[in-house]
Amino acid sequence: MSPPTAVSSGAYGTFEASDPGVLIPLMQATQEEFGYLPRPEVARIADYLGLSEARVYGVATFYNQFRLEPLGKNYIQICSGTACHVKGAAEIFSVLRAELGLDDASTTKDGLFTIDSVACLGACSMAPLVNVNGEFHGHMTAQKALKLVRDIRAKERKGA
Amino acid sequence: MNSNKEITTIIVGTGTCGLAAGARKVHEYFADKIEESSGPYVLKKTGCLGFCTMEPIVDIEIPGWPRLSFGPVTVENAELLWSMISEGAELPREFVLGAHADPEGILELHDVPILWETPFFRNQTRLVLKNSGIIDPESLEEYLESGGYRGLKRALDLSPVEVVDEVKASGLRGRGGAGFPTGLKWQFAHDAPGDEKYVICNADEGDPGAFMDRSILEGDPHAVIEGLAIAAYAIGASKGYVYCRAEYPLAIRRLTDAIEQAKEAGFLGENILDSGFSFELLIKKGAGAFVCGEETALIASIEGKRGMPRPRPPYPAQSGLWGKPTNINNVETVANVPFILADGAEAFRKYGTEESPGTKVFALTGNVKRSGLVEASMGMRLRDIIFDIGGGVQGDKKFKAVQIGGPSGGCLPEELLDTAVDYDSLVAAGAMMGSGGMVVMDEGTCMVDVAKFFLEFTASESCGKCLPCREGVARLRETLNGIVRAHRDESPEESLLRFQGVTMMEELAEVIRDSAACGLGQTAPNPILSTLKYFKDEYDAHVFERRCPAGVCTALLEYYIDPELCTGCGLCVRKCPDDAILGEKRHPHYISDEKCIRCGTCRQFCPFGAIKVR
Ligand SMILES: Cc1cc2nc3c(=O)[nH]c(=O)nc-3n(C[C@H](O)[C@H](O)[C@H](O)COP(=O)(O)O)c2cc1C
Ligand code: FES
Repeated sequence: MSPPTAVSSGAYGTFEASDPGVLIPLMQATQEEFGYLPRPEVARIADYLGLSEARVYGVATFYNQFRLEPLGKNYIQICSGTACHVKGAAEIFSVLRAELGLDDASTTKDGLFTIDSVACLGACSMAPLVNVNGEFHGHMTAQKALKLVRDIRAKERKGA
Repeated sequence: MNSNKEITTIIVGTGTCGLAAGARKVHEYFADKIEESSGPYVLKKTGCLGFCTMEPIVDIEIPGWPRLSFGPVTVENAELLWSMISEGAELPREFVLGAHADPEGILELHDVPILWETPFFRNQTRLVLKNSGIIDPESLEEYLESGGYRGLKRALDLSPVEVVDEVKASGLRGRGGAGFPTGLKWQFAHDAPGDEKYVICNADEGDPGAFMDRSILEGDPHAVIEGLAIAAYAIGASKGYVYCRAEYPLAIRRLTDAIEQAKEAGFLGENILDSGFSFELLIKKGAGAFVCGEETALIASIEGKRGMPRPRPPYPAQSGLWGKPTNINNVETVANVPFILADGAEAFRKYGTEESPGTKVFALTGNVKRSGLVEASMGMRLRDIIFDIGGGVQGDKKFKAVQIGGPSGGCLPEELLDTAVDYDSLVAAGAMMGSGGMVVMDEGTCMVDVAKFFLEFTASESCGKCLPCREGVARLRETLNGIVRAHRDESPEESLLRFQGVTMMEELAEVIRDSAACGLGQTAPNPILSTLKYFKDEYDAHVFERRCPAGVCTALLEYYIDPELCTGCGLCVRKCPDDAILGEKRHPHYISDEKCIRCGTCRQFCPFGAIKVR
């Protein structure tokens, strides 16, 4: 366990409660800490800034970055920007969903994987692009993406 | 210029593109080798040179030789480079890109071209990108050596009004899309009453398919800081923000470090360079919303609200952040400013056209041979950018269209390739400069699918505040979805609605364009209007013949299994999300056309290539 940060111990020290502009940075810091925005944390932020919970949720749900569900252990983002789309990103997405047995959900039941599509990772020349746990993989194909996922799964099995 | 270094220096391009191509491993490889050899070597990083196709790119400076660029440097190629450096082995010519200069003709003997004379670079004009991929973005000294902060020094010797006038005289126009004259915008903010003012740098770069701003921030962060300090001095602001997409962690890190360095060196903070002018610069991380690239929405987001645009006027120059006069400029706009102040408006006007002076950086991607960041003089023809610099279409496919301007722009066909790239000519052709995304499409791309792609994007990014955008764009998307839906999946009523939708599509698009509240809605119909204008035949094939000539719209295809090739392994049965594949183990299977949703998944999984489309 990592030591409690300012956020997890509820001491929002560097975030001035009187400055309404800190709402989003505070939610970002919380999400970085927990991987998502847990309900009690949202309540705590609202309380700290003197806002209603509804107001905080309103902001949280407006932005794509915030998630209200926990993230899987491995986080895969499939770029669906223009350059990646033209080069076949949709197929990669559907193949990975099938491989992981995902229908509407984005996280597998065992909590090992979350997959998401994102609009442009900013390395369009390498399209199509997949981001696995923060590492970019360029010039993807459905086959290569399958291998990435299978390798992670094999590693997880060995580790388990 | 030959390297005046006494020590061999290895410089690895570690922008996001380089990293995606594997630069981290290459950097580690050299770091290990240098440690093992304990020899006198220097290992450095640089930003993006722009030639993404050749990433990972590594530069080598050997004492007495000019700087050389190599690419793609895979780990195997890195080994060859290392033997050249450490053992004097032959220059590996297969992947040398060129020399940065060759004053003594040393490299000519080795048949090495000058980098800037090779096809990708020779027709580019690098003003904004002059440091990117050359200097170490984490080093303030290197920025200073390349002439950095000269613009700020000169600005501080002038009065704010004189700075505004210099920018006005340069004719610089906003690179964020609309092309509004930057000097005029600064003047409005300067003239607005009040002592509390702000400058904001728009680094939200929402166009999915563009990465100029990211590369500038990663490759030359001090240029952006310098430009913003000049803007702040000109309008009288003492605080500024860079609003950067959260998807750009490396850009945020480099900028954060650069701000620290600039503060320490006295280019930011209190009493900058003893001029009495103080300026504080902060970074705000975006949270993933395309509409936040729009200036009023961006301001709402900094204020901690949902990022919804509000009607203008009042413009931010009158009432912006916290209701105070605010100047917002795009990253690339800001990055042009140091040059204008350092070398003067006249020097800037030497580039580009009368109405659009200077250069524009494009992210040239898609089905093009040489993709990457291209900085072209304004007024260059599209054809020259795509075919000369980009080398034309990949493979032996035919060129079909180029998409410019992202979700607000349009697709231009072959006939319009002689269009000059400047703000006004592009709008006249039905596209727009936008941020600078330029996606090349070959004959394998379906224009209806592209229009649908952008509509899906804008519909999901619409903030929902005004009706024309929220409902209108959703209806357009529905219509396009109807067009690419197979007839067999349709009820008679849906068929009727599809035809009705098609006949009303153009009219609806025009209504949205004329009545939406902000730029997102007003430009959302552009992808449809431009493809309808130039690729009507393709729409007709979808609507009347129910077929997709490019073979992209999967619902209009039929999937089947070749019984000769199928071994009956059953893998496809397990992978099919809709139980559409039937058959006995070890006997050829078949696909139920009724049930097949045409996702194409089975085709990817079949180890025998037995699944075909027609
Ligand atoms: C929907 C929408 C998205 C936009 N996205 C961006 C963006 O990502 N980056 C940007 O610099 N400008 C964007 N703009 C333009 C800004 O509103 C604003 O005009 C620009 O930042 C002004 O800077 P400039 O004058 O330097 O171009 C967008 C506008 C709209 C309507
Ligand atoms: S479109 Fe995929 S990285 Fe830009």
